[in-house]
Amino acid sequence: MAKQVIQADGTRIIENERAFSWKRFMFQWEWMLVLMLIIVNIINISSSSNYANFDNIMNAMRDFLDKAIVVFPMALVIVLGEIDISVASIMALSSVTMGMAYQAGVPMGLAIVIGLLVGTLCGFINGIILVKFPELSSMIVTLATQIIFRGIASILLETGSVGGFPDWFNSFGWGKVGSIPIILIFTIIEALFFVYLLHFTKFGRRTYAMGNSVMVSKFSGIKTNKIKLIIFTMAGLLAAVAAVFLASKMGSVRPDVAKGYELDIIAMVVLGGVASSGGKGKILGCILSILVIGFLRYGLGLVNVTSQVIMIIVGTLLIVAVAITNLKSSFGQAKWVKNLSNNIKGVKAQR
Amino acid sequence: MNNSTLKKFFSDNVREISLILVIIVISIFVQLRSGGNFFTPENIADLFTETAILAILAVGMMMVIITAGIDLSIGAIMALAGMIGTTILKGNQEINPVLIILISIVIGTLCGMINGALVSKLRILPIIATLGMMNVFRGLTYLVSKGSWVLQNDMSRAFLNVATGKVFGINNLVVMALVVYVIGYIFLNFIRTGRKIYAVGNSEESAQVSGIKTERILWLVYTIMGAIAGFAGILYVCKFGAAQGETAVGYEMNVIAASVLGGVSIAGGTGRVQGVLLGALLLGLLNNAMPLINISAFWQEAIRGLIILLSVMSNSLIQRNVEMKALRRRNI
Amino acid sequence: MAEDYILELQGITKVFPGVKALDNVHFQLKKGEIHALMGENGAGKSTFIKVITGVHEPEEGEIFLNGKKVVFKEPKDAQKQSIAAIYQHGTTYHHLSVTENIFIGHEKLSKYGMINWTQMNKDAKELLEKLGCNINPRSIMGNLTIAEQQIIEIAKAISTEAKIIIMDEPTAALSKRECEELYRITEQLRDEGCSIIFISHRFEDMYRLASRITVFRDSQYIGTWGINDISNEVLISKMVGREISQIYPKQEVKFGEEILKVEGLSKTGYYKDVTFSVRKGEILAMTGLVGAGRTEVFHGIFGIEKIDNGQIYLDGKEVKINSTLDAMNAGIGYLPEDRHKQGLILDWGIGDNITLATLEKFTKYSIIDRKAERQRAKELAEKVKTKALSVFDKASSLSGGNQQKIIVAKVLNSDLKVIILDEPTKGVDVGAKAQIYEIMSELASKGYGVIMISSEMPEVLGMADTILVMKEGRVSKIFEDAKNVTQEQILEAAMNM
Repeated sequence: MAKQVIQADGTRIIENERAFSWKRFMFQWEWMLVLMLIIVNIINISSSSNYANFDNIMNAMRDFLDKAIVVFPMALVIVLGEIDISVASIMALSSVTMGMAYQAGVPMGLAIVIGLLVGTLCGFINGIILVKFPELSSMIVTLATQIIFRGIASILLETGSVGGFPDWFNSFGWGKVGSIPIILIFTIIEALFFVYLLHFTKFGRRTYAMGNSVMVSKFSGIKTNKIKLIIFTMAGLLAAVAAVFLASKMGSVRPDVAKGYELDIIAMVVLGGVASSGGKGKILGCILSILVIGFLRYGLGLVNVTSQVIMIIVGTLLIVAVAITNLKSSFGQAKWVKNLSNNIKGVKAQR
Repeated sequence: MNNSTLKKFFSDNVREISLILVIIVISIFVQLRSGGNFFTPENIADLFTETAILAILAVGMMMVIITAGIDLSIGAIMALAGMIGTTILKGNQEINPVLIILISIVIGTLCGMINGALVSKLRILPIIATLGMMNVFRGLTYLVSKGSWVLQNDMSRAFLNVATGKVFGINNLVVMALVVYVIGYIFLNFIRTGRKIYAVGNSEESAQVSGIKTERILWLVYTIMGAIAGFAGILYVCKFGAAQGETAVGYEMNVIAASVLGGVSIAGGTGRVQGVLLGALLLGLLNNAMPLINISAFWQEAIRGLIILLSVMSNSLIQRNVEMKALRRRNI
Repeated sequence: MAEDYILELQGITKVFPGVKALDNVHFQLKKGEIHALMGENGAGKSTFIKVITGVHEPEEGEIFLNGKKVVFKEPKDAQKQSIAAIYQHGTTYHHLSVTENIFIGHEKLSKYGMINWTQMNKDAKELLEKLGCNINPRSIMGNLTIAEQQIIEIAKAISTEAKIIIMDEPTAALSKRECEELYRITEQLRDEGCSIIFISHRFEDMYRLASRITVFRDSQYIGTWGINDISNEVLISKMVGREISQIYPKQEVKFGEEILKVEGLSKTGYYKDVTFSVRKGEILAMTGLVGAGRTEVFHGIFGIEKIDNGQIYLDGKEVKINSTLDAMNAGIGYLPEDRHKQGLILDWGIGDNITLATLEKFTKYSIIDRKAERQRAKELAEKVKTKALSVFDKASSLSGGNQQKIIVAKVLNSDLKVIILDEPTKGVDVGAKAQIYEIMSELASKGYGVIMISSEMPEVLGMADTILVMKEGRVSKIFEDAKNVTQEQILEAAMNM
């Protein structure tokens, strides 16, 4: 074991660079995800000849990228140590208000803005309740708002639907730039933004800090209420954006759109390596897990696996993903692992 | 009863007394608003049978919430247990209904055991574990049903009588709910294991130092919840005479609302059986009353969510008030 | 000979990741004696209790009960052998009744196997009366004062009919009158045949109750003496490891103008009318019993909690502090009391920890400059003489003393005028302690206002220029001439007479 360098005058030297370590590089969760992605694609290609062409893959992406839009802000929510179960309901409410505004004669562009504002407001409401009532967990608050938001959508539109959007609107969901779907371009830009936000800015560092310990963050001069509020509001806004894309794809809005989306979204975040206890995870992991779950769903759909079986698979996947991340952290601390690694190093384990 | 005992009775049972008052006030309001349609024998009987199932589930949910957990999968467990039970009944009409009920309870218990293992052994957050399993159980329900419904015609007379029959003039379901409550009350107040649930909910660390096997207790509460959900599930499909993939979707929110109204704190550690019973009654009352005063079904969802939100927020404010009073008492 | 001892521990070693909490420790408890266990914070006493009560299993060593070897794999094993502990931070169930807190796990059953509440409440009442306490057993635990909760803890231990009772700092939060009650109860227990290990910082506790004293220091067993066989000075030196005067490197500093002034600070239920001031270069020690409100006052000044009333002046100007960021921007720095829950993110490297409070200093166009960050972290960590290899070392791998130094480095990275250190040497080994005192002296000589919250009399007397004693939320006394103050004077001001 290396010892600290102590100079002649007694000062201790501390290293501030470290050599590249293959061990550290290879042991990352993202490699597991790459492996999973390869496996999923092998299964898909071998089970359906329709799968492996460019257009189909682009179609597949259109299928799950509306969820992906919400995955990135949700990753921030979970890194923060919280959870937001109401995102699917926010999607429903914002698309319903957009539809109703359009139906009432509001120009489509403005209707879209209204939908986005409603979504942002919903996220803001979640955040402000959590800030003013710090004793309440985000679990119960977003569980309640999940029902309230979708309930309001039901009140507004009942069992009806609104459709007949202008053609240019439908191009969001179906349109391409060159051969790349618009929604994919948007998602890539969004992903890059979140990589920047979480991994390069003070805001991101502080979010990680809060996920580890809110108390330590407070003592470090971090404005914890502000960060919480911003993150939940962002989740609301981007849920509304996803809803716009979804409405464009489906050509209509109904109060029961995006039912059950929160399961996939949370599964994608957790599978991506973001620990449900908070404080850990990378956007890159989420990008990979979006692809894994997205292509898995699409591939299963191609071979006509029923949506109910897919429900079972995604539910199991969510649980397995969390179980693995839990085991991962207790893995390093288990006595038998310590003994094993000490024996390997040839050092007698401290008794 | 002298003045101070009366005063103590009130301060010990504030929540239950307020719930009773609210129930009375709302009942009167609805009676007037609906032109007398509320206090009819048929409606009151309906109210109680609807509430019975909700109440039975609330006892189980209460135990889970006391340990600072939650179970979102009970609607799906109800559907799965009900579907399997009635599917078996469909092919074997002569089977004793009691056996069908037992089978459903066993299914529910198995589901609960899985939930319990995920939370206690694998240390998965209850919200995520039960969210995932909700989808698994629901998916399994669809698979078992093969997309079709089990209808009243498929069920034997003997079976359907379970929900409509009476004991000493009181509907079966209500009697069953009362029995479950008595058992629940005794278990949570007079049996050591029941008290251990409260201990774990108050402070898992203290409980461990006291020698309580906290993992086992956590596993137990989810197993009990599963068993109760299985029981309630078969009663539910019996009452409505139908079992299908969508049975009891979202029902868990009803149960959580009843528990929260009844004074169970989401943070864990507190909650009384009496309160939960009244909470279930109040929620059942609201569910029954809303159609009577012409509140459309579409409003009911939002109102239910609002009830949960306002209940937990007011629980918070009440707790803050109690703490403020204690601080003022410190005389500093 | 061995059978004279009801409890004996030999060669106990207990290791946690990164720290040796107990190092080949011995202990012998005679039947029917009150045996004092003394030592500074972090000497290993708490871990020692947890070994005796079965919470922790030692890596090495043996435990003997009445001469027979025993092994405790879990708390229940120790409980079966009639061992009970009364912890400092009680194992309480806040929402449950007093009766339940006493009897949980071993409730009295009626003949049908159901809990007999009437009998239990009666038994609880009797137990409490025996202890001279008239609390209603049906009251909710969370509504009681700390002193009352302490008595319930004792009742809990007695209810298990324990023959060996360990009391961990039971007098820490008690008034003088409540202390007398505790002494009486403890002696009563001894007279009834219990053997008691009494852990306390306070010499008067020890003189009043104990027949023998054992000293732990730096996780090691130092020695055991009869109460009359050792003088105060020798005892202190055994606890601390050197002569007192050598440890406190105080420089002669000329005080400047007032840098911090606090007037009429109040918060319902925590503190009232707190007024004091600190000058540049001055070290103000804030002391008092646990629960007197010292830390709470500074949580208010630093912006962690809201203040109900009062004004804060920094460098002559009034400042409104509504958040920790406001406090830091005004120039107030705070070294928190709880290293692990308030000071450091244990999972992070020491570099990330050091820079967490001052990220703006390393940010260009909204992006964090990691290279600059690491460089600065290296400089600061070296400045406080941290024993670690690199800025990437996880904070959890450092010793208590080094962790404390990292937090000091973190706090010092900001531009400060006043620094508050809350129990800065709690759980820190002697070597690191001395370094922290050096840092404090240096800060004073550079013109900072330094405030030290401490419960340790030696360091208060050794380092302070001014001593402020708090009692029950109010300023009890301010000693402007710390050099000529005695420990008795401070204790008198801190306790209810």
